[in-house]
Amino acid sequence: MTAPKVLAAGDAAFSIEFGDAIDPALNARVHALDRALAAAPLPGMVETVPTYRSLLVYFDPLRCDPAALREALLARTAATEGAAPAPGRLYRVPVRYGGAMGEDLEAVAAKLGLAPDELVRRHSAPEYRVYMIGFSPGLAYLGGLPAELVIPRRDDPRPAVPRGAVLMAGQQTLFYPVEMPTGFHVLGRTPVRAFDLARPEPFLLKPGDRVRFHAIGDAEYARLDAAAERGWTPEAEA
Amino acid sequence: MSALRVVQAGPYSTVQDAGRFGSQRFGISPAGAADPALLAIANRLAGNAPDAAAIECTLLGDTYEVAVESLRLAVAGDVAMKIDGEAAAPWRSYRLARGQKLRIGPCRTGLRFYVAVEGGIACAPVLGSRATHVRTGIGGIEGRRLKAGDALPLAQDAVATRPELGFDPARLPPAPERLRVVLGPQDDYFTPAGIATFLGSDYAVARDADRMGCRLEGPAIEHAKGHNIISDGIPLGGIQVPGNGQPIALMRDRQTTGGYPKIACLIGPDVARLAQKRPGEAVRFAALSPAEAQEAVRAQAARLAECLAGIVPLE
Repeated sequence: MTAPKVLAAGDAAFSIEFGDAIDPALNARVHALDRALAAAPLPGMVETVPTYRSLLVYFDPLRCDPAALREALLARTAATEGAAPAPGRLYRVPVRYGGAMGEDLEAVAAKLGLAPDELVRRHSAPEYRVYMIGFSPGLAYLGGLPAELVIPRRDDPRPAVPRGAVLMAGQQTLFYPVEMPTGFHVLGRTPVRAFDLARPEPFLLKPGDRVRFHAIGDAEYARLDAAAERGWTPEAEA
Repeated sequence: MSALRVVQAGPYSTVQDAGRFGSQRFGISPAGAADPALLAIANRLAGNAPDAAAIECTLLGDTYEVAVESLRLAVAGDVAMKIDGEAAAPWRSYRLARGQKLRIGPCRTGLRFYVAVEGGIACAPVLGSRATHVRTGIGGIEGRRLKAGDALPLAQDAVATRPELGFDPARLPPAPERLRVVLGPQDDYFTPAGIATFLGSDYAVARDADRMGCRLEGPAIEHAKGHNIISDGIPLGGIQVPGNGQPIALMRDRQTTGGYPKIACLIGPDVARLAQKRPGEAVRFAALSPAEAQEAVRAQAARLAECLAGIVPLE
């Protein structure tokens, strides 16, 4: 296990780097420190941003001594190393695979040498880990895509795909919380809103949570989409 | 509804406060005033807390009409303005009555200026802030730029008569010649020659610089080991260098995470100074140690406190 580094990120943030890889154990160390700091924040801290292999800690340089904070962060990091990883919550996310909502499913399956149904089975088999949330509101970077499903991005990115689009490219799969452009392949669409300001809890997923996809048909999609419009989200499971 | 009505809107006017903090972990950009010191001065002139929601205008500014019995409004910035067609001075507050019209802009120096109203702009807070983030449509007025016909909600229908407040802009601290940075967190992704290029060259603000990123154009900065990192958090003022070697400073509306190496980060006060540069203006960077950066930031805060203390009733 490499020793974490505390790097200066300007005058008001430190980046605590645990390593240089996308790896569940490395990511769990990031989340362990994040949880410890949330439970007992250090003086001057403003907020934290957990990512794949590092934690960005924002602080107010007028309300603390950054050198002392740096030492305290190193001590806190050492104290959380080896902590049992929190299991996170599991969310089962329904997906209408293929058809008009998943226009790339057949082409991707063909490129991978799989029947479309087999691609759906393999994409919905793993329990994916939420490594981090970033880039846009509520966008979860999921890890754990089976190696045999790795495929390059599209040659021609799409200027916009709808909220709920379930996407795959490289080692990544994700679903869009809002309409955005993408170079990823569109496998399907989920009625689940990962981000909805009208809900008391606007963000469905937290870093460290787990996601499992399952296939649904048109009627179920329509039913759940209407429910989601009224605030429905999947139940969290242990 | 009590309101300040927008008669004509400039190219990029938005409601901003100090910013939205605590949700970057969910991908929410902080947004907030590009020049917090000017926001604080405008607010103090209007009788508000320094971080109250106000209007941030870009270059050209807006025309407003008072649609309440009376309001108090103040402008911070080196900007031309007219009240009912008569030239008026910025850096002070005014009590205006229903139907009065205010034309503000263009600014004579800098790029962004602030219009504060006593009581603040009373749009609904989103995730703890009224700051507008246009890319995600969050905060401010429907998450967008102001447009003609908007009625900006105000907290009160009328304001009392009191001595108006003024500020002498000569009190503003002189700006150091260079923009100050702390190297890292990924300066090890650049060759010594690349870092020397970054610190030793002029860079011009690109035409498409905005509240999210300030693209800079100049000599290419040499990478040492590629231009991709495993995505991590992007601090305020982080300067990322993609494959073309041209640096991009990430501003208040920046994406929360990204995958380009960051050669350095601007210190907080100098993020605001860069935000006031116009396209084509040249900038040059100087590296500070973390301790020197802390010293500079504390000195800047002390000077801003002196400025705010220097806001006094007009003679």
